[in-house]
Amino acid sequence: MDFRLTEDQRDLRAGIRDLLAGRYGREALRESVRASESSGVASSGAVSSGVVSSGAVVDRRLWRELGEAGFFSLRLPESEGGVGLGLPEAVLVFEEAGRALLPGPLVATHLAAGAVPGAASGSAVVTAFDLGGPLVAYLGEADAVLGAEGLPAGEPVRSVDPLTPLWRSSGVLPSGYREAGALLTAALQLGSALRTVELAVRYAGEREQFGQPIGGFQAVKHLCARMLVRAEVARTAVYAAAVTGDAAEIAAAKLLADEAAVRGARDCLQVHGGMGFTWEADVHLHLKRAWVRAEQWHTAPEAEELLAARLGAEAEEEAVAEAEAAAMG
Amino acid sequence: MDLAHTEEEQEFRARLRAWLAKVLPELPARPSPDDWPGRRAYDLGWQRRLYDAGYAGLHWPVDAGGRGATPTQHLIFLEETERAGAPYVGANFVGLLHAGPTIAAEGTAEQRARWLPPVLRGEEVWCQGFSEPGAGSDLAALRTKAVRDGDAYVVTGSKIWTSHAEVADWCELLVRTDPAAPKHKGISWLAMPMDAPGVTVRPLRTLAGSAEFAEVFLDEVRVPVANRVGAENDGWRVTMVTLSFERGTAFVGEVVACRRTLGALARAAKANGRWDDPVLRRRLGRLYGEFGALWRLTQWNVSEAQGSGGVPGVGGSVFKLAYSHARQELYDAAAEVLGAGALSLEEEWTLERLSSLSYTIAAGTSQIQRNIVAERILGLPKGR
Repeated sequence: MDFRLTEDQRDLRAGIRDLLAGRYGREALRESVRASESSGVASSGAVSSGVVSSGAVVDRRLWRELGEAGFFSLRLPESEGGVGLGLPEAVLVFEEAGRALLPGPLVATHLAAGAVPGAASGSAVVTAFDLGGPLVAYLGEADAVLGAEGLPAGEPVRSVDPLTPLWRSSGVLPSGYREAGALLTAALQLGSALRTVELAVRYAGEREQFGQPIGGFQAVKHLCARMLVRAEVARTAVYAAAVTGDAAEIAAAKLLADEAAVRGARDCLQVHGGMGFTWEADVHLHLKRAWVRAEQWHTAPEAEELLAARLGAEAEEEAVAEAEAAAMG
Repeated sequence: MDLAHTEEEQEFRARLRAWLAKVLPELPARPSPDDWPGRRAYDLGWQRRLYDAGYAGLHWPVDAGGRGATPTQHLIFLEETERAGAPYVGANFVGLLHAGPTIAAEGTAEQRARWLPPVLRGEEVWCQGFSEPGAGSDLAALRTKAVRDGDAYVVTGSKIWTSHAEVADWCELLVRTDPAAPKHKGISWLAMPMDAPGVTVRPLRTLAGSAEFAEVFLDEVRVPVANRVGAENDGWRVTMVTLSFERGTAFVGEVVACRRTLGALARAAKANGRWDDPVLRRRLGRLYGEFGALWRLTQWNVSEAQGSGGVPGVGGSVFKLAYSHARQELYDAAAEVLGAGALSLEEEWTLERLSSLSYTIAAGTSQIQRNIVAERILGLPKGR
């Protein structure tokens, strides 16, 4: 047993981190936010039914570059033009995408690779009915919906997250994708959670009040420590679930990563004080995206019920085994 | 990222499992919790069996009489012994997990030969004399003084929270040998015989009603200078070399036990109908997920330790913070399963619920652990 990342895995993570730092740094992130507002998708709701928006949120050129880097075809076999890697590698690259707050239906397009033409190469943007309700993200910009024939009609909805345009539409998630989708979304949440720890620590080290950096005050320090503990527990849950592929471990990973991301962003906001409440700080973007992801694939109640069902089944198996042992003895 | 065990590790597990299946039924009945001499004899007897079977000091270096096992093998050992319901480390805790490793790392050849074999063979019990009434989280503020008099130190002061003091042969003692030096610089580490004149032990009753630890009063106790491990006034560093062991693998068996408790909780909840309450059911489901993740975090920390030559890092603080909280949540959930039954001290889970309250305090409070995480991992400035 050696749970640590292999050198190849560390290189892969560093490579995608460099790519995203170069292509989607803070300036690009804020430009996406500005563009999303001017396209009217996120804030006005004035786009009429059936009218496809300008595609301001998903950067098609970057999407293709991600495709070329193997982001979407990572788990496709090499014989099908993929990279031939597994879930452990996939969670590492998704963690980096979450850290960078990269917008777009990353998980759905990755899952569509090999099934929807153009998904693997990043020439197609594929979304999915992963929100479990009448809402679907990125419908206006998508070329396809996972498992659906053609593009369903939809009404734009003003979205809480400026970088996740939402549409009211109807459709179902095809079976067979939920677990991988939940795990990769958990990896996005993990990246966001780890990034909010960094943002909080950096701000706490710079911002001075009462003649010292606020990070020297235990009240602030302990907020940051709690953020790290949640993120590190989520990290091992996500990595382990990627190795085992076990449904209950995936549910636990999603549950813990959702919490690490949402509460991490909340605490990061608190550390930033008044600045955290402004549009110009990035904190709200982490929080809003974390709220969106928490609703995708597995919600907390679904994950908890799934875990309880597994616990209950194991407990009954043990009871039977004990009864048999007692009868034998 | 590899969670599979090597063939060698699987063989180690299989051999251990077979041995446990043979030896556990031969063990005598467990003594009652307040029978201290009985507990000492029972714990030492178990250690002797481990020694005879070649499992004593598994994680100790070979040149200290240990087996030089990898951290992964140690993890398997802790996992399997807990699963099989083997005795806990009990009275051997300080000897095997702290005083022993300290002597192994910092002691002279003579000191190692004197003190290590009896720990491994289950012949001598150690206790820990670190905390004082005025030095808890701020351990370096300790004031028990040791004054050199010829070839001995004359030690006067008092220690607190000392487990197994009533039945210990030796105490690993931190004393102040230079009152003028800065507080971390004037401390020395001594091995004090518990039967020395001037040592008085007074049991302390916990809120669970039992006397799990004691106060130790020291009145001009003479401790030979030869019993000092490390240089005079270097005791703080000597101690810190191994203190993080407590936060590394010390809780592995307990995580396994907690997961088993969760199964028992689910069975009890199904039997009394409370499982049908979705709030409680979801709470148990969440705990199941959390303890699964804590087990994985243990494997993560062990893998990291294996990569860094077996030294547990500050990652232990992250684990301890998460685990101590989860353990308290677990027994609060148990109380919800039991309902009013949780008010009965005849319920094992009620006693566990009481004892779980110490977890966010002992071995570094959660507040101190958060300072460690914030300052040493996150690099935030020291301050108030």
